[in-house]
Amino acid sequence: MNRTYELMFIVRPDMPEEEQQKLISTLDSVVTSSGGSIHKVDVMGKRRLAYVVRKFHDGVYVLLTIEGNGGLVHELERRLRVTEQVIKFITVRIDEAQKRLDKIKKLREAKRKAVPAAPVPAEAGGETAPVTA
Amino acid sequence: MAEETRSVSAEGSTGGGERSSGERSSTERSGGGGDRGGSRGPRPGGPGGGREGGRKYFRRKKVCKFCVEKIDAIDYKDYRLLGQFVSLESGKIVPRRLTGVCTPHQRRLSTAIKLARNIALLPFSGRAS
Repeated sequence: MNRTYELMFIVRPDMPEEEQQKLISTLDSVVTSSGGSIHKVDVMGKRRLAYVVRKFHDGVYVLLTIEGNGGLVHELERRLRVTEQVIKFITVRIDEAQKRLDKIKKLREAKRKAVPAAPVPAEAGGETAPVTA
Repeated sequence: MAEETRSVSAEGSTGGGERSSGERSSTERSGGGGDRGGSRGPRPGGPGGGREGGRKYFRRKKVCKFCVEKIDAIDYKDYRLLGQFVSLESGKIVPRRLTGVCTPHQRRLSTAIKLARNIALLPFSGRAS
């Protein structure tokens, strides 16, 4: 069963651009060879880390959105772990959250269509209440 | 005539409401819950912001930022948003009673903050370096 994951990792700040691309393309080949697909590759750029990681104060954040199964994630994490340049990574499953968001969006749109005729009875209530008190 | 009485009664009721809430807060303070109170809206919090003696002040109703601005997705990548709900000094998650965030959103918020800490977007402790 395929699921959607976000794989975010930090590479060392002194890693050259072409090596980053090489790393990403190897990950890409791993994903495609095991039946998954990469939706998005986003190199978010250099950022100061909130705390020191392996004696680095900065890091280049890379975000991949992939689709695949649990075995694929396992393999990707193993690869990131053995890659010297990667100092930190995290995998988050996002398909269920996305499903929830779509549901909320749909609900909201349905509500927007049904809105007119709501604010009239509030005024009438405000008029009558003080008289009885 | 009828109008006058109506306006007076309306004023009286609102005034009474304010007074009672003020009394409640003062008793709380004397009971040791000194952290409560203070006009904290959805502003970025540090701890211990709302300690305004016995002075008369207008306490704003706290509202959940996520409900009001209709932010559905609390994303761990959005460290600017999450940073508003982390204390400035120590990096702690600011409790609901200070920020006014509703329970379901606070739950999502705390998991998002924990993920962000894991990937070094937010500090575990102390200020972000």
